[in-house]
Order: sequence, then structure tokens, then C-alpha cells
Amino acid sequence: MKPKIVIALAGNPNSGKTTIFNKLTGARQHVGNYPGVTVERKEGYCRYGDMEMQIVDLPGTYSLTAYSTEELVARNFLIDEKPDVVVDIIDASNLERNLYLAVQLMELGVPLVLAFNMSDQARAQGHEFDIEKLSSYFGASIVQTVGHKGTGMKELLEAIVAAAKDGASEMNRNDENPSGALLSKATIHSPFRKRPVMDYGREIEEEIARLESLIKLKVTGKDKDNLRWLALKLLENDKAVRARFDTPEINDQIEKSAARIEKMLGEYPETAIAGRRYGFISGACREAARSTVELRHTISDRIDAVVTNRFVGIPIFMGLMYLVFQLTFTLGDPPMGWIENGFGWLGSQIASWWPKGSKGALKSLLVDGIIGGVGGVIVFLPNILLLFLAIAILEDSGYMARAAFIMDRVMHKIGLHGKSFIPMLIGFGCSVPAIMATRTLENRRDRLVTMLVTPLMSCGARLPIYALIIPAFFPQVWHAPMLWLIYVIGIALAVLSAKLLRSTILKGESVPFVMELPPYRMPTLKSVLIHMWERGWLYLKKAGTIILCISILLWAMTSYPKKTVFDVDYEADAAKSEGTYLSKVTRLNGLLGLPEGAPLLVQALRAELVMAAEQDKYYEHEAGYSDAKKKMDDEILGLTQAPDGGKLSDFLKMRDDVQKTRAAFEESISQDEVEKESSAYSNLSGIRDAALESLRRAAPGTYNAVIHYLDDIEAPFKDEKTRIEQAKQAEEMAYSVAGRIGLALEPFLRPMGFDWKIGTALVGAFAAKEVFVAQMGIVYSVGKADEKSEALREQLRSHYSPLVAFCIMLFCLVSAPCMATISVTKRESNSWKWALFQLGGLTALAYVLTVMVFQAGNLLGIGV
Amino acid sequence: MPLAMVKAGQRVHLVAVDAGRGLQARLADMGLVPGVEIEVVSNALHGPFIVAVKGCRMVLGHGITQKIMVA
Ligand SMILES: Nc1nc2c(ncn2[C@@H]2O[C@H](COP(=O)(O)OP(=O)(O)O)[C@@H](O)[C@H]2O)c(=O)[nH]1
Ligand SMILES: [Mg+2]
Repeated sequence: MKPKIVIALAGNPNSGKTTIFNKLTGARQHVGNYPGVTVERKEGYCRYGDMEMQIVDLPGTYSLTAYSTEELVARNFLIDEKPDVVVDIIDASNLERNLYLAVQLMELGVPLVLAFNMSDQARAQGHEFDIEKLSSYFGASIVQTVGHKGTGMKELLEAIVAAAKDGASEMNRNDENPSGALLSKATIHSPFRKRPVMDYGREIEEEIARLESLIKLKVTGKDKDNLRWLALKLLENDKAVRARFDTPEINDQIEKSAARIEKMLGEYPETAIAGRRYGFISGACREAARSTVELRHTISDRIDAVVTNRFVGIPIFMGLMYLVFQLTFTLGDPPMGWIENGFGWLGSQIASWWPKGSKGALKSLLVDGIIGGVGGVIVFLPNILLLFLAIAILEDSGYMARAAFIMDRVMHKIGLHGKSFIPMLIGFGCSVPAIMATRTLENRRDRLVTMLVTPLMSCGARLPIYALIIPAFFPQVWHAPMLWLIYVIGIALAVLSAKLLRSTILKGESVPFVMELPPYRMPTLKSVLIHMWERGWLYLKKAGTIILCISILLWAMTSYPKKTVFDVDYEADAAKSEGTYLSKVTRLNGLLGLPEGAPLLVQALRAELVMAAEQDKYYEHEAGYSDAKKKMDDEILGLTQAPDGGKLSDFLKMRDDVQKTRAAFEESISQDEVEKESSAYSNLSGIRDAALESLRRAAPGTYNAVIHYLDDIEAPFKDEKTRIEQAKQAEEMAYSVAGRIGLALEPFLRPMGFDWKIGTALVGAFAAKEVFVAQMGIVYSVGKADEKSEALREQLRSHYSPLVAFCIMLFCLVSAPCMATISVTKRESNSWKWALFQLGGLTALAYVLTVMVFQAGNLLGIGV
Repeated sequence: MPLAMVKAGQRVHLVAVDAGRGLQARLADMGLVPGVEIEVVSNALHGPFIVAVKGCRMVLGHGITQKIMVA
């Protein structure tokens, strides 16, 4: 006994199923999976009167003969799970085509309600229906609805309840168990309304009768009522039903029946049967529907005349694609900044629970591991949602089907057809929903090829890698072309690999391309948002689950095991370098006119070092921070009041002025991203030089001493300090698990010009491409790094050549798709074989290609 | 004559589909059954066609248009 009655919403794609589903269930819905095949299954609940209903939104299907995975899911649900009522959502403005499924549902014998949706459009186009008559032809109540306005929902629910009671009373008569909710009402309900039976004509009816009598002995239970339907399906050569009656005797009879029908009608049985069904529909519509049909498509056709035109079709398409990407990136930028700042704030908030400079494992896990990792992914949500929004608009308006038409000729050349283009387009957002979108492809080989090459469409997650590297190595004018080049390489490789796959392991006749072209329709905001969200959610789920786990794992791999005894005594090195610094400072005395060996300057600068070390332990708002400053100020004040102290304060003041002038220049350069060699740059440097010159003129001696100090004494000291810190961190990193993996991989990476540090980051990138940048930040210990980190760019520039940089981008573009992609490929292809093939194939391709590019570049001396 | 030869704007009737059983059934499911009226909305040499069948627009790949016999 089922606890509730189950209602299935079936219907052609785009007839408004999801819209009506949302209207009926409101917020009471959830998304699950169909067992076996993973197609998101949406179910929700709805109460009407005292009836609790579970409503299932099925994928769109044109007929009960399933051609694509999506259609198969809908069919299996209807046949195997036997919902209490099936509601066929019909686009009433395109009645004949939509009624084809209704005829089949009628034959299936399920309690049926027909919703004539889009009745607003039907009316506007001049269609009129005799609902009474149509209802008697199909043996089902018909309700006229307008999905997005919610018109007719109450009537629809009434009809559903009535149909459920009908169904239950019939089941009761047959000694079966209807749903509990229906039991009490069913017994007092009037006898079941007899369903009309389609007449297929003498030749076919005879064969149906033959098969019926043959299978009668083999069926049990509920199937007994379905004898006619089963016989019909056998005659139609339906794979699933034939498998249920796979005996030599029955197979033999089916062959004979088919041969007889072919001989008499000159058609295969399934063709003849479809013909009769369409004949029945035509007849019904002639009797009960009036329309000025020719008017229907004129606007649509007029748009199509332009959009699918041989000459302007492709330019329009290209223009739209350009617009989509342009909008995605420009509109996505501000919210990306907000999210970035949000996570930055969250990280610093959490970090402040611990004293500054603390190296606690938990703090590091939370801040560097989790917030850094997951934040890095969520940042791309605006971009991805915008792309999916644009795609949803294109789909809902009907343009996407035209794009598939336009692309068909191109796709045909690589052995695929137009429909494969849509998943590839989604692939620019995220491969996971893209691979799921291949479900609309009917042919398994087409579907596999599309799935396998989709990761070559450079997804949103790979963008930060390019965004980090391109500005670090290439001049401004090259930025856009470089990015474009990377995308084009991806597309070209996808095309080539598709062609290769199609002519080797996935060879086979190219499947016929047939596709409905829905009329253009103004997309409604709500449905566009729902469709955007359905795909965006898949991306978010990836961030929430896989990437969270991976972030933790990677964090652990880069943090452990901890090195406690170092190969080099870094503290001694640091002390030595400080000693050298201070002794050089002593030699400045001469330049400043101080007596040789005078301790003033050394003492003042040492006080500064002491303060810096002390301040490292505190946050700026803490007392310790300002205490340290005060202590230093007191000390220096004391020193300046000593004899010759004036010279010291002159020196310090001049130093601060020079530093300020230089810093102001650097800041305006980086703030406005001023290019070297530009006129703005020479302007700014002119201003700086003039300011410095006036400082020099005021006190030439002090000025020269300060410049000597800053450039020849302090700068090398600071460099040395960073070098020591980095050497220490590199040693720690090399000791960690990730470092060891990177080191172990180094011999294989060398031919591509990569070192072990890139190797460690690539390990992270396998988990999720987004992680690469953060991981580079960790190996170069520039702290929390994102794709805008100048410090990290500086490090990269000093370690790698532009050629290597290009190779990194190339490798990341092509190599192993992220784990989420592999796992979705596994689910969708239903085998590990193809998932591993994708992983291995793409990695091998990336390797070979990158080695070739690096070696050739090296030989020719390009970018080395 | 094959549908591939029909000019845009012309209306013809389907006579037979000269293809394997699977494709025949597939097309019949979409309403391309013998006797049905087909209007060619747009045609491209060696490219896909757009046709109107029972007031519904559909795309037929180049290969298919050669297999559909019309009069
Ligand atoms: N004019 C009109 N548009 C509708 C109606 N019902 C749904 N739509 C729109 O039709 C489009 C497709 O609807 P959707 O529910 O996604 O169809 P599904 O593919 O069957 O789930 C959406 O843009 C809806 O807003 C209706 O009754 N009238
Ligand atoms: Mg839907």
C-alpha cells in the first residue's frame, strides 16, 4: 500500500511540465536520482482536500518509444512504477504533435488527465477546441491551463483526484490494492469509465489478437489487463517488452506477424501503427478542433528566415556567443569581488581567534585549507551562473535549437551533429552540468564522444590559472589574444579528438539528425531562473562536497609531515645576515659626518628591527603592537637628543621622505596598472624624480647617504631575509607528502619544463582546477594567493620563462579533467572504462602536446 | 524524388522512407508517416533542412532528406 497517491507529469519537452510542477508543489519539492541512470528526479508534494499527492516531474518525451536516456527514464517510470495518475501536459498551440504521446498513454491504460497548457497562446493563435468531444475520444478529462499564470490549477487537481478515484475503483474490482488514501472513496465510486480502444484496421488487429492469445498464458497479475498493450508493443518491436517474452515461440510469431503486415501494407508494423495513430489524431482534431493554423508559425518563421539564413545565420550566432561571454565576464566581475572580499573577511575573522603568528593546526586548516579552498571555487559562481542564465534564455526562447541547426554542418564534419554543440557550450561554464546535458543525445556513441571531449572546453574553473599567469608573463597587448588563443586551442583539440574518436574506437554510421524546432517564445523570468539554478546547483554541490574534502586533504598533504630538524640552520643564517647589515650601517657614519664607530645610527636601526620582530606577534589593534612602536620611538628620541643626534634625525627624516616618494610612485603605478614605456609611466616617474631632486638639493650629503643605505644596504638585507624564509619553507614543503609527490614526479615533468613545485600544484589541480593557483601560492609561500596576487606573479616571473608559463596553461587546459568530471562521466556512461579512458587519454594528450611545445620552443628559442 | 531536391516554400507529400527499420520508426514517431504533408521551410545544399509537418517545425539532417521519398 502506498502512503500517498503518486502523480506523474509527462509531456513533450517545453510543454510546461516544470512550470506546472512548480505551481502545484510550491516549495515542497526535492531533487533525487532515478535508480541506475542518474537523471535528476524532481518530486514534490501537494495537498488537495484530504488527498496528499506526490508529484513527479518527468523528463520531456515525444513518445513512449524511448530514443534518448531522458526519454527512457520517463518511459520506465510510467511503465514500471505505475503512478496512480498520469497528467500529460500538452502544448495546446501544437496539438497534433503533442497528442501523439496522449494516444500512447491512453493505450497504456493508466488513469490519465490531459492538461491543455499554453491555452493562452492557443487562443491567441486562433485555436478553438471542443473539449467535451476530445475528452471522449481520449477517455480522459481535459483541463485548460496557463502554466506560468497558474490558471486552471484547481480544475487540474479536481480532475487528478477524480481520475485517481476512477483508477482505484477499477483496481478494487480487480482485487488489487489501490493506494491507501483512495481505498475508502473508491468503493463508493461509480464504475470505471471504459477507455476507448484505438482501431488499427483489420490486418494489424488480427496480428494483435494472435499475439494476445499467445502471451495470455504467460502473464500474471496486473499485466492481464494490459494484454492488448503488450501485444501491440511486441508488434512494434519494442526492445524492453520483447525481452520480457523472449521465447522461440513468441519470437517466431512476431516475425511472422511482421512479415504479414509488411506484405499486406507495404510498411513495417511500427511505421503502420504510428501512421494509424496520427490518423486517429488527425480525425479527432478535424472533428473537435478548429484553427487558423497557417497563422501560427508566421512570426516564428520570419525570425527563422533571418536567424537560420545561410549567410547571416553564422555571423548572428557568433555575435550572440560573443555577447554571452562578454556579459558573463563583465557583469560577473563586481560580485566576484564581493565574494572574494567576503571570504577574505571571514578568513581574517577566524584567524583572529588565535594570537597573531600562531601556527596552530586548526587555524591553518580552517583558514588556509577550508576557507581558501572552498572560497576559491565559490568565487566563480557569479560567472558560471551568468553563463547558465544566458544559456537558459537561449534555450527557453527556442534559439538554442536553431543554434544546433546552424552548427550542424560544422559538427557534421567531425562526425557529430548539431545537438552535441549544446553540451559543449555549457562546458565553458562547468563540465559537470555539460556532461549531464549530453542526455538529450540519442545515440550512445555520439553521447560518449561528446562526453569525452567536453572537458576540453575551457571551463570557468580554469580561468584563474590563466588570469594569474598571463599578466605575469605577457605584455598588456597580449593579454586578450593570449586568453583567446587558449580557448581556441581547447576547441580545436576537442574537434580533432572528436574526429579521431569517431573514426577509431567509436566508429559507426553517423546517426540521423532529427530535432523538433520549438516556436520562439518569450522566456519567463521565473523559468529562466529555475533552469539556471538547476545547473548552477550542480557546480555548487561540487564545491560543497568534493572540493571541501579535497581542500582538507590537500591542506594535510602540504602541511604534513612537519619538519622539525632542518638541513640548514636558518636562524644562524638570519643572525649572520643581520650582523652584516648592521656592520655596513656603521660604515655610513663617514658619509653623514659622524665620528667613525659612533653607535647612534646602528642603535636606531637595531631598535627598528626589534620593533618589527615584536610587532609580528600582535595584531595592529592589540596593545603589544603599539607598545613596541612606543618603545622604539622612545629609544630613537633618546638617541636624537644625544650629541650629534641632529644628524641622526636628519638621516631618518630624509630616509622616510625618499621612501614615501618612491612608494607613492609604485602605488599609482600598480593601482592604475600603468604599463612601462607608456606616457603615463614616464609622467609619473618624472614627478617622482623631480621630488627626489628637490630632496637632494636641500641636503646633498644626507641624501646620498640615504640612497646608498636604501639601495646598497637595506635592499640586499631584505632580499636575503626573504631568501632565507623561502628556503626554509621550500625545505618544509619538499618534506611534506605533496612535496614528495611533486619531487617523485619531477623526472616526468622536466621534459615539459616543470619543476617539482608545479608538480605539487598539478596534484591539487587534478582534484579541482581551481586549486592550482592556491597551491602555487602555498609552494611559493606568498601567503594566501588568488589569481590577482602580484607577489605570486613576481615569484613566478623570477622562476619560470614565458615558455614554461604557456606550457603550464596548456597542460592545465588539456590534462586530466577534475575529479568531479571524472565521476560524472562514470555515472553518465555507466562505466568506469570510459571515465578512466577520459582521464588517461586527456592526460596523455596534454603530456605529449606540452612536451612538444616546450621542446620546440626551447630549440627555436621562443620565450626562453 | 528525395526530399533533398525540394525547394524552399514547396509542399509535398511523403511517399516512403527509404531507410532502415529503426530510422523509419523514429521518423514515423515524429509524424513523418506516408501521406503526410511536408512543407520545406528552409533548405541548405548539403546541409540540414527545416520542414513543417502537422504545424510543427523540425530539422532533418542532410542524410535523412535524401532518404525521404516525396511526391
Ligand atoms: N505562454 C505560455 N508559456 C508557458 C506556459 N506554461 C509554461 N510556459 C513557458 O514555457 C517555457 C517552458 O516551460 P517548462 O516548464 O520549462 O517546460 P518543460 O520542458 O515541459 O519542463 C517556459 O519559459 C515557461 O515559462 C503557458 O501556459 N503559456
Ligand atoms: Mg522541465
